[in-house]
Amino acid sequence: MQETLDRLIREVLHEDPQVWAGSWVVYAAALLAVGFGLTVFGALVAGLTSWWERRIAARMQSRIGPNRVGPQGTLQFLADALKLIVKEDLVPPESDQMLFRIAPYFVMTGFALTFVVLPFGYHLSATRMNVGLFYLIAVTALVVVGIMLSGWASNSKWALFGGMRAAAQVVSYEIPGGMLALVPILMAGSLDLHEIIRAQGGFPWDWFVFQTPWGFIAFFLFFATQLAEGNRTPFDLPEAESELVAGYMTEYSGIRFGYYFLAEWGNLWVMSAVISTLFLGGWQVPFVSAETLAGWEAAGTVPVAFYGVSTAVFVTKVVVLMNVIIWVRWTLPRIRVDQMMSVCWKYLVPIGMGLVLLAALTEVLSFQLFGDAAKGPAPLGTPRGALHLAFFAVAGAVPTVLFFRKIFRNIRLTGDRIDLTNW
Amino acid sequence: MPVSQYLANIKDTVQSAWEGMTVTFSYLFRRPMTVQYAGPEKAREKHELVQDTLPSRYRGFLEVDLAICTACNACERACPINVIAIEIEKDPANPKLRVMTRFDIDEGKCMFCGLCVEPCPTGSIQHTREFEGTQRTLSNMVLRFVDPAKPAPPYKVAKGATAFPRAVLGSITRPLVKAWDSPPPPLPIESAEEAMAHAAKKAH
Repeated sequence: MQETLDRLIREVLHEDPQVWAGSWVVYAAALLAVGFGLTVFGALVAGLTSWWERRIAARMQSRIGPNRVGPQGTLQFLADALKLIVKEDLVPPESDQMLFRIAPYFVMTGFALTFVVLPFGYHLSATRMNVGLFYLIAVTALVVVGIMLSGWASNSKWALFGGMRAAAQVVSYEIPGGMLALVPILMAGSLDLHEIIRAQGGFPWDWFVFQTPWGFIAFFLFFATQLAEGNRTPFDLPEAESELVAGYMTEYSGIRFGYYFLAEWGNLWVMSAVISTLFLGGWQVPFVSAETLAGWEAAGTVPVAFYGVSTAVFVTKVVVLMNVIIWVRWTLPRIRVDQMMSVCWKYLVPIGMGLVLLAALTEVLSFQLFGDAAKGPAPLGTPRGALHLAFFAVAGAVPTVLFFRKIFRNIRLTGDRIDLTNW
Repeated sequence: MPVSQYLANIKDTVQSAWEGMTVTFSYLFRRPMTVQYAGPEKAREKHELVQDTLPSRYRGFLEVDLAICTACNACERACPINVIAIEIEKDPANPKLRVMTRFDIDEGKCMFCGLCVEPCPTGSIQHTREFEGTQRTLSNMVLRFVDPAKPAPPYKVAKGATAFPRAVLGSITRPLVKAWDSPPPPLPIESAEEAMAHAAKKAH
């Protein structure tokens, strides 16, 4: 980020900030501004997602959902947040006062810290770390500290149960999660999120999910582990309303309660961004090949529009994935605790191990077969590119067609018809 | 667990998720069951649309057609909770005749039991299908059918009459309901002494 800022100052003010006496003030101010901007972005995304999720949930239950505050109800989240801020911030007298008060900030911090490395588009992220993915897995673990703290400090059995479940769940699912993330890491050969994206291409058959069967299976399993780590249905056992009141946030009220929900909905963006980075080609724009991009970079003439287009592509992918997560939530019922554990240890972990092995083997084989052309997106003319396209047709295109046929069949079978009115 | 069972579990998971997801997704393309009620922007027209779906004997706000009211007080006596208030005075122009100077129905109190409708000899008091009358103050919910400046004379029933020319149901109450949405009456301002005197008088 420092270089970007230096370049900006040089280009706009024609001065060199390196020779300024108090240059650290400028850097500190820029840091604060970026931090503030990203946190506000996270909060806005969380708020809008809360509204959108309620609309989608309503449609799936043949209802309409909040559509009164603002155009189509878009400002509903402002009303909700205002309500939460105005409400009394109750702290139960029997609770561990200090821990109870700081627990939501742990959750918020774990959520906000992920924005340090999350990419938004070509060359757009707060920092570029060469261990970006490792950092991401590390800071998201901070959330569980906050959840356990709140469960313990509330001095309520519901909250304690919720906290313990969350701890068991998140710690367990980090193992298959990390293992499945190794599949795209092996394919890309880097932990840097931007490098992982650059190893993919703009078209679906250049994405890691459709390059090999291992990537394809790993995508779905990684998706499941991300759901579990974000405490989303079908893995929302920590807050299971029908069993635990509200789990670890039972005793919370007011804006502290709001922080948990902010982190939960904001996590949707984080999850989706990570998945789309690892498996869905991130900000790669179709028709802009790696060579073209490298050429632009070498000549220093990356068009400004490319920044915008790549950001738009990335945001579209993330929004689609967020919708899928919402859709899963309103389809699948919550699983039991023992099922949650057996899914993790009996299915995800062994299958993940197998996938990592197979992915490593494939990399070695592909290097033997194709030599230097084994890395990165392959042009369609090459044998590797043809293989990718064939796999995409089998694993991607055919199920999509079948899926939509089944949907229209479902509508027909119930004697209903397609009708998009009554929003 | 045998391997066949293990694989069958995976197959079940994938299949049930696939089936379920196609069902929920299909609801995005269907019309929701919910009938949208009026927002503030289209309140009146939507209200009338909903009103048309109500049964003809729906017990909404009460309505009195003073043109056929005989001032018999039967409804006032029938009301179990004193919702109706009628005042009858001598006509100052012609002392031999009586006039109604007040006919108030407090819709804020009314429980829509219909007991006032039963004894009415001419069918003057009736329930309408009007139901929407949100108000900022409770006292604004009193329907005043008689303008005190223009007292209403009672209706004389012709001998042997069995049918009476009643105004269209709802045509009298609807304008009154619209008039309801007016600013609330000023709050009674009491000074401290007045309040104390008031309390003392009450205790006495």
